Amino acid sequence: MSKVLVVTSGKGGVGKTTSTAALGAALAQSGQNVVVVDFDVGLRNLDLVMGAERRVVFDLINVVQGDARLSQALIRDKRCETLSILPASQTRDKDALTSEGVARVMDELREKFDWVICDSPAGIERGAQLAMYHADMAVIVTNPEVSSVRDSDRIIGLLDSKTKKAEQGEKVDKHLLLTRYDPARAARKEMLSVEDVLEILSIPLLGIVPESEDVLKSSNVGAPVTLAAPTSLPARAYFEAARRLSGEKLEVSVPVEKRGFLDWLFKRDA
Amino acid sequence: MSFLANIFARRQQSSSVAKDRLQILLAHERSAGGESGESDLIRQLHKEIMEVIARHVAVDQDKVQIKVDRGSGCSMLEIDVEVPQELSGKRTS
Ligand SMILES: Nc1ncnc2c1ncn2[C@@H]1O[C@H](COP(=O)(O)OP(=O)(O)OP(=O)(O)O)[C@@H](O)[C@H]1O
Ligand SMILES: [Mg+2]
Repeated sequence: MSKVLVVTSGKGGVGKTTSTAALGAALAQSGQNVVVVDFDVGLRNLDLVMGAERRVVFDLINVVQGDARLSQALIRDKRCETLSILPASQTRDKDALTSEGVARVMDELREKFDWVICDSPAGIERGAQLAMYHADMAVIVTNPEVSSVRDSDRIIGLLDSKTKKAEQGEKVDKHLLLTRYDPARAARKEMLSVEDVLEILSIPLLGIVPESEDVLKSSNVGAPVTLAAPTSLPARAYFEAARRLSGEKLEVSVPVEKRGFLDWLFKRDA
Repeated sequence: MSFLANIFARRQQSSSVAKDRLQILLAHERSAGGESGESDLIRQLHKEIMEVIARHVAVDQDKVQIKVDRGSGCSMLEIDVEVPQELSGKRTS
């Protein structure tokens, strides 16, 4: 059974695109067939984070409008053959993304892949609603700060009302992914704690991804962090989150660095 | 190189990789009417090449793969057309 997963947040810049790439790659690295779909029309970035920007020919709107076949628009990852990306249009009009067209493309993607992961644009408008409409599952990316938590709450409301599942009287399976978490600041009580956020949003926790320079380095070189730095803390958090998405029951822990002398000696900057 | 120099040798900094990638991408996005100009050109080339091929072979659009690789200074355009069995059979017999 294929699953459609939306990665959403309401608030911008919290780590949706980073998480789409990392979770998509982690699921693909476990052998499942995965496509990551960029819904951020006009501001596409998933191609850059995945290192596919030089290979984009057609995009989601071309497929929706029938200018290209789906198979012609999909770009297969060079490092992981079970991972593909469907880019967003950089220039075309957002309104070109019709609901019927998107529905047709989503059906076609479901047939080809085990996981269809949709990277939502920020906001709560049409673009975000189109990205979530077909979702069976949602990853709500939240930073431990007040405005992000508030926006996540609004997105949860939309997931419960404006999706196909909701219209059919069912529920989208929702998971909270806490990103850019700084354990030191949390210890000093300068940041909302994991428990605080969970208590307010009351949806199950998928993982805690720490603030880490490995995320930035990976996006510089154009690779999901799970491919570029698979042993780094954020990558480990994403690998575990991917296993939970696949149905494994794993305890969520706050990621901490355990570095030995040898790690320190051989650690090189990338 | 000595053992120590080896240990402390650094790989190319990720920021310089980022800069190279951006320069290539933006050069393409800014040139010839921007990225849409470039995709229009690719679409036109694809259409005309397919018309020529269609005069000789019946091709299934789903069996046509189009790839580009934008480089610095030039791009590679690759169109793969799967030629139906009967035709390639006729040629060899
Ligand atoms: N765990 C992390 N540690 C450090 N930096 C991070 C982390 N996660 C994301 N970032 C950085 O935060 C910035 C925003 O991330 P990203 O683009 O993934 O967010 P987004 O939610 O997709 O943004 P938008 O709403 O604009 O689409 C990027 O520069 C990214 O590298
Ligand atoms: Mg994004």
